[in-house]
Amino acid sequence: MLFDQKIKELEEKARLIRRDIISMISKAGSGHPGGSLSATDILTVLYFHKMNIRPTEPNWPDRDRLVLSKGHAAPLLYSCLAEAGYFPTSYLGTLRQIGSSLQGHPDMLSLPGIEMTTGSLGQGLSAAVGMALAARVDKKAYRVYCVMGDGETQEGQIWEAAMAAGHYKTDNLTAVLDHNKLQIDGHIEKIKGLDPVVDKWKAFRWNVISGVNGHDVKALIKAFDEAEKVKGRPSIIIADTIKGKGVSFMENNNEFHGRAPTKEETERALEELK
Amino acid sequence: MSEKKQIATRDAYGKILVELGKEFPNIIVMDADLSVSTKTCGFCKAFPERFFNMGVAEQDMMGVAAGMAATGKTVFVSTFAVFATGRCWDQIRVSIAYPRLNVKIVATHSGITTGEDGVTHQANEDIAIMRAIPNMTVIVPSDAVETEAVIRHCAVTQGPTYVRLSRPKTDVINETGMEFIVGKARQMKEGKDLTIIACGLMVARALDAAQALEKDGISARVINMHTIKPIDREAVRKCAEETGAIVTVEEHNIIGGLGVAVAEVLVEDHPVPVARVGIRDMFAESGKPDELLEKYGLTASEIVKAAKNVLGRKTA
Repeated sequence: MLFDQKIKELEEKARLIRRDIISMISKAGSGHPGGSLSATDILTVLYFHKMNIRPTEPNWPDRDRLVLSKGHAAPLLYSCLAEAGYFPTSYLGTLRQIGSSLQGHPDMLSLPGIEMTTGSLGQGLSAAVGMALAARVDKKAYRVYCVMGDGETQEGQIWEAAMAAGHYKTDNLTAVLDHNKLQIDGHIEKIKGLDPVVDKWKAFRWNVISGVNGHDVKALIKAFDEAEKVKGRPSIIIADTIKGKGVSFMENNNEFHGRAPTKEETERALEELK
Repeated sequence: MSEKKQIATRDAYGKILVELGKEFPNIIVMDADLSVSTKTCGFCKAFPERFFNMGVAEQDMMGVAAGMAATGKTVFVSTFAVFATGRCWDQIRVSIAYPRLNVKIVATHSGITTGEDGVTHQANEDIAIMRAIPNMTVIVPSDAVETEAVIRHCAVTQGPTYVRLSRPKTDVINETGMEFIVGKARQMKEGKDLTIIACGLMVARALDAAQALEKDGISARVINMHTIKPIDREAVRKCAEETGAIVTVEEHNIIGGLGVAVAEVLVEDHPVPVARVGIRDMFAESGKPDELLEKYGLTASEIVKAAKNVLGRKTA
């Protein structure tokens, strides 16, 4: 089946991107592996299947747009953009180094393909709403995607933006919640709980697609397709994910929210991702 | 000066915005539930499809504006100055200024002349906090005529800009058709003994003060420093060299505003005696605009006092 072939390709792409993430952060000596690995399959499906983009023409006005609101997953974004052809993969080795265009958090002026500068949490959804409304003003058919961390939805601005999107019925907007249930200081439910997360988004007039395995490429494609069909409401996919996914000793391990692997850990991680 | 024509800068803003909306289909306007007060309501009526009321949510408004600007729009966002800067400073810093997006933050109700609403609604720190952000241009028009020129400038130039407007009607001191050049101070009156550098509605009071000083045989130059950032370094240095003393005048805290921006240039380029007229690092209170200006020392007579003070410190 052609579709099965596509799924295999995407899974393979995700594996390569996970390797990039480990190598980049290891070389940089700092960065955020946990949240990058948890959102890898989501961004892989978007960049290599779902989104209508032209990497060689990054400013194409009709392109779909992705705002990575959880800007600390920058290594993931950089790897996707490089693998998609926005810039050479050789850039990836310069992450976080002085003079590099691969800043610690995404800077839209420094690299092609970055749609919005992010890093201060909770700001991306508003920008995505702005792009979605601009599409309406310009009568353009592009879609806007926004990937958020679950911890960052503790920011009030997320809910201001959620209310705006619900009010303005931005059905050309699909948000994804990378729901890995962990934040820097520990379990979200212990620090400041989000539940009932589905009810919250519903209450803000969103179409909620929940119970999606955020590491199942097929399930993600199905969810994105479903979101696109919904009219009169923005959609959010609650993607259940595992922080550090793909590297056994990083999975569900908070220590790797914002720490680079040691040389030995890097070797182990890359071995697992072979 | 009561015979002078008076127009509020926010009224001038509302009017020119509608004109610009006709000329430039690319302009989008947003407000945070204050469109009747900020005067963006005129644009809303004329171009409802290009106006977005974002409700009482300034952080979101700045972010949505950034997203729109990222698609190529020229976005004007308005609310009261205190909310337009303080409630969403990080959003302005990260989502607008760092990526140099084309968002024009036009804030009304700045300073103590917001009046009866009191301290919560009086922005006396906005120039300081906007000026501290890289890539941000900061403009304080001196009257309604200059406001129109400034807003037109905003519509045809790229990049983040903060424009500071006022609530009450203020004297019209510029001639229709005046030329506005960003970053280029305007001399309003020649003088050789000292220079009064003012911005916003205080330029009119600086001119009154200069007239009063004339009667005492003191020749005061008056400069309208409409652009606080980038400051006209050349003009400041020239005034220091030629007149040897400076008084700055602003309806803003003396910390971080026009006075400090001028002093920064002077200490590096040409130190001369300086006196700063402004709000003396305190919260004001409710009251009528004129009563507040009087009580908090933003009057022609205070400027005269400051002028005499710097003259006394001038080395012969």
